[in-house]
Amino acid sequence: MSYVIVGNGVASVGAIEGIRKVDTTTPILVISEEDTPTYGRPLISYFLAGKIGLERVNLRPDEFYVKNNVEVKLNTRVAAIDKAAKTITTEAGEQIEYKQLLLATGGVPFMPPLKGIEGSGVYNFTTLNHAHMLLELSKKIHRVVVIGGGLIGLKAAEALRYNGLSTAIVELGSRVLSAAFDDVAGGLVAQRLEEKGIAIRCGTTVEEILRTEQGEVIGVRLANGQKLACEAVVVAIGVVPSLTLAKDAGIAVNRGIKVDDNMCSSADGVYAAGDVAEAPDMIAQEARVTPIWPNAFSQGYHAGLNMASEDASPHPGGLPMNAISFYGLPTASLGHVNPAEDEGCEVFTELDEENGTYRKLIFRDEKLIGYVLVGEVDFAGLYTGFVRFGLDITPDVKDELIAGQPSALLWPEEEFDTKWTPAAE
Amino acid sequence: MRRVYPNKDVCIGCHICEVACLTAHSASQDVVIAANEKAVTGLQPCKAVYDKGQISVALSCRHCDSPSCVSACISGALYKDQETGRTCYNEEQCVGCWSCLMACPYGAVRRNVTKGKIIKCDLCEGRDMPACVEACPNGALVFESR
Repeated sequence: MSYVIVGNGVASVGAIEGIRKVDTTTPILVISEEDTPTYGRPLISYFLAGKIGLERVNLRPDEFYVKNNVEVKLNTRVAAIDKAAKTITTEAGEQIEYKQLLLATGGVPFMPPLKGIEGSGVYNFTTLNHAHMLLELSKKIHRVVVIGGGLIGLKAAEALRYNGLSTAIVELGSRVLSAAFDDVAGGLVAQRLEEKGIAIRCGTTVEEILRTEQGEVIGVRLANGQKLACEAVVVAIGVVPSLTLAKDAGIAVNRGIKVDDNMCSSADGVYAAGDVAEAPDMIAQEARVTPIWPNAFSQGYHAGLNMASEDASPHPGGLPMNAISFYGLPTASLGHVNPAEDEGCEVFTELDEENGTYRKLIFRDEKLIGYVLVGEVDFAGLYTGFVRFGLDITPDVKDELIAGQPSALLWPEEEFDTKWTPAAE
Repeated sequence: MRRVYPNKDVCIGCHICEVACLTAHSASQDVVIAANEKAVTGLQPCKAVYDKGQISVALSCRHCDSPSCVSACISGALYKDQETGRTCYNEEQCVGCWSCLMACPYGAVRRNVTKGKIIKCDLCEGRDMPACVEACPNGALVFESR
């Protein structure tokens, strides 16, 4: 009997590596509804922009599956899970027993109930196939509207602009990137995108996708009454966890599949990881869906360890983080970056508009709990250490961090010694 | 596995390890020419010396057992070699997204801005002893199993 993993994204890869760390022999079966071996999903924007070819989208070398004794069923959907019998059934009717099961089914793009959204000319940007479609499309059309000014929307817009399309972004919030970053960072990024010819409309939303009588997209109508002409629309306003399988099987779900520290769901032997899982957060004292890449890998990895071993390997908790560049402008954001007034946080910001750099540090209870960096990101990891390890921050140390001079020598001595200079054997 | 461990009690902050690292990772393998390569190819040492008052220490990649940089890597450029235990880096795959640079809580990943690629300690692949350890005049860097 095999380990069975449903999904073939980064959580799945993490799980394979986690399982193989403990158990080098029991077969692993990966079932994916996509038709390609695993790829670096965020690379689809690099591929669409023409920065890398298809030969570079692979997340692991070609021999990865064989070397790890993994069988992969592509183009295969799982229809049902029987948690009592410990079997899954594919849509083609094949029944497969599992030893342990991992649900790494990710999410699907959220499609709002907009007038005119049904029909051709409306796209998403979350899979390699979407990138192929948009690449073909960009040879045929001239104008595109992207709905959503989050990370996916912005990267889609940038990549389409690289293909020469006249590109506009429509974002409901007052600034782009305001959720994962903040308004100031969003403003700097927006400025860079606008310099490169991308139009940004904030504080409004698309109310209708306009079509000809034959059904071809000809534009969008905004809530403020304006119309934007375009031949295609990319919807990028968020991703919803793919919960159906788990829900139908009677596995506990909330916003995502509920899992404990060990990534185990309410069903014995069934785990969940990545964008579909709702797991304890490192900073907020609650469970959350944290749909970001590093989190998906490490959740998958810990799920894998726990699937293969009797000894629990709890996940340290989700920590939101995003590093992303726009036309060469690097940004990084980690942890809790937009605290409310009543959360008792201390926030320090430094904005250098001339050089387009910005630094924001968020402290709570003498610990660093988040940061935003734009333009200068070289010290990002040194700030991350303070957040990740929850290091105590004295006033002197705080001054150094605020001045933009983090260093491992600012760590409490004991932390430095145990992490950097463990005792010799 | 053997790793490079620093000793801040004896480090004199001379930066010779950085120069040795730079030279070992240069095309020329010559200390003077390597210094010039910095401007042309963006070459940087994989390690950095940090100072605080009288204390100095030279830090580079720890080759962690479960590395955050590998979790964060979107391109497959960073991976763990199960046989050697090293955290390996394939520059060709790197797209310069800087996710690893943000994710590494030790601040051990650096940027080559000229190339748009990261720089990370490879424990001097191909040498018996990493260049930084060999060059350290005061035994402040050691290469051993702990």
